[in-house]
Amino acid sequence: MIYALGRLDFSWDRFVTGLDNGARFIGRMLPPRIAQPDSLAKGLIESLEIAILASSMGILLSLPIGLFAARNLMPVWATWPARAIIAAARSFHPVIVAIIFVKAVGFGALAGICALVVASIGFIGKLFAEAIEEISLKQVEAVRATGASFMNVILFGVLPQVFGRFIGFATYQLDSNLRNSTMVGIVGAGGIGGTLFSAFQRFDYDFVAAILLSIIAMIMAGEVLATWVRGVFLEKGKVDGE
Amino acid sequence: MSATASIEQRRWRRFTPRQRLARFAVYLTLVVAIVLSARTVEVIPEFLYDAPEQMRDLLERMWPIAWSHYPKGVHEALVETLHIATLGTLIALVMALPVGLMAANNVVPNRVVNYLAKLVLVSSRSVNSLVWALLFVAVFGPGALAGTLAIAFRSVGFVGKLFGEALEESNRGTIEALEATGAPWSSRLAWGYWPQVKPAFWSIALFRWDINVRESAVLGLVGAGGIGMALDTALNLFQWDRVAMVLFSIFSVVVVAEIIVTQIRKKIL
Repeated sequence: MIYALGRLDFSWDRFVTGLDNGARFIGRMLPPRIAQPDSLAKGLIESLEIAILASSMGILLSLPIGLFAARNLMPVWATWPARAIIAAARSFHPVIVAIIFVKAVGFGALAGICALVVASIGFIGKLFAEAIEEISLKQVEAVRATGASFMNVILFGVLPQVFGRFIGFATYQLDSNLRNSTMVGIVGAGGIGGTLFSAFQRFDYDFVAAILLSIIAMIMAGEVLATWVRGVFLEKGKVDGE
Repeated sequence: MSATASIEQRRWRRFTPRQRLARFAVYLTLVVAIVLSARTVEVIPEFLYDAPEQMRDLLERMWPIAWSHYPKGVHEALVETLHIATLGTLIALVMALPVGLMAANNVVPNRVVNYLAKLVLVSSRSVNSLVWALLFVAVFGPGALAGTLAIAFRSVGFVGKLFGEALEESNRGTIEALEATGAPWSSRLAWGYWPQVKPAFWSIALFRWDINVRESAVLGLVGAGGIGMALDTALNLFQWDRVAMVLFSIFSVVVVAEIIVTQIRKKIL
């Protein structure tokens, strides 16, 4: 650890100068000022759109991939490629994936959406596969014993068992995509991140403060909404008419 | 007689009308949100059509990977990234211990303190590590110091929240036994709570270290040190073969980190 500290060229002087800078920096951030309300609103809405579209597409795509990756239902030739896709999607940070997509599909929201779709596949695919691997096979066998086709086994034997956990992952992923969609703009992939980064580079620290506060507000609203949705779906069913 | 009739007439439904309404509202909002977003988001279709071509172009430029670039520009940065992740996690652990303790209601039975600690944890988590990095770059200037602090400040919320939850789930029995012997608060903490949450604490720390290795790789994009700086330079110069080299080394480090974490977890748990 001491070696690491030495390598990073920390010094007390630098820290003290930093604190001085920090005080001035905070001074310039206060009070937050919305310099360009248009670009702020546009960025926030675009981030929100990126998060919604990326989550819905990512979740849809990760359903079959997660299913294929479940070792208890699928033969090895199906699980192996599905697991490779999931591992590849998980290994890079969404911002790095966004860089690649900015090159492939140009600047703008599309690159951000693609990057977050990849991130969603990695996360939900993995958890979904694990959830399926933990289900009780008794119900699957019972459905199979009725002579149900493969699709029916999945629909009535497997999916009802993982639905609750699936809602959990899906809301969590929407939340995390919302956080990341505010960031992919730093590399030009659309959303509020671009506005934030350019305000930083122009040293408009009061506008930076305003953007940060609105991002935090949006993320907290998203978290409240996600908790509510989880509550709606995970509440135990009650008998009507009691 | 009438009781059986009413049971037969009763309609059994899985959900109450309120639950059904709530579910319907969620589905409706979801569809409306997706449709609205799809219609208003600015996507230029022409860019999508030539994406495969661009992708091929990109891969051609990335190949062959500039292996010779590794000793010159990548190795140092890679080591720096690992240092940032490790030091950042250590600082976060030190900061998260007291905050996690204060957030746990059974350790500090004071609602105001709990609330304040939770506020600290939530605000740490709701700011992305890249934003923390931007802030610290503005304060301390570009370099690894900003990156380390960004990682540390982002991780405090995560570690503190999970640590606080682990504390709240700990068994009362041991604590009560210690209380009965007249043990002071510090001994109760050291001999009552700590042994119970120790495995959880180390597993949270490992988990966060794994995440931090991934995150510290991108901090350099905003100037906060590590391999992201090498990536940024190569990107800005369109040296795609070097970009491929950097991406490959990030990939290997992430895989190695995951293997290490899995092995250590097997040993300690």
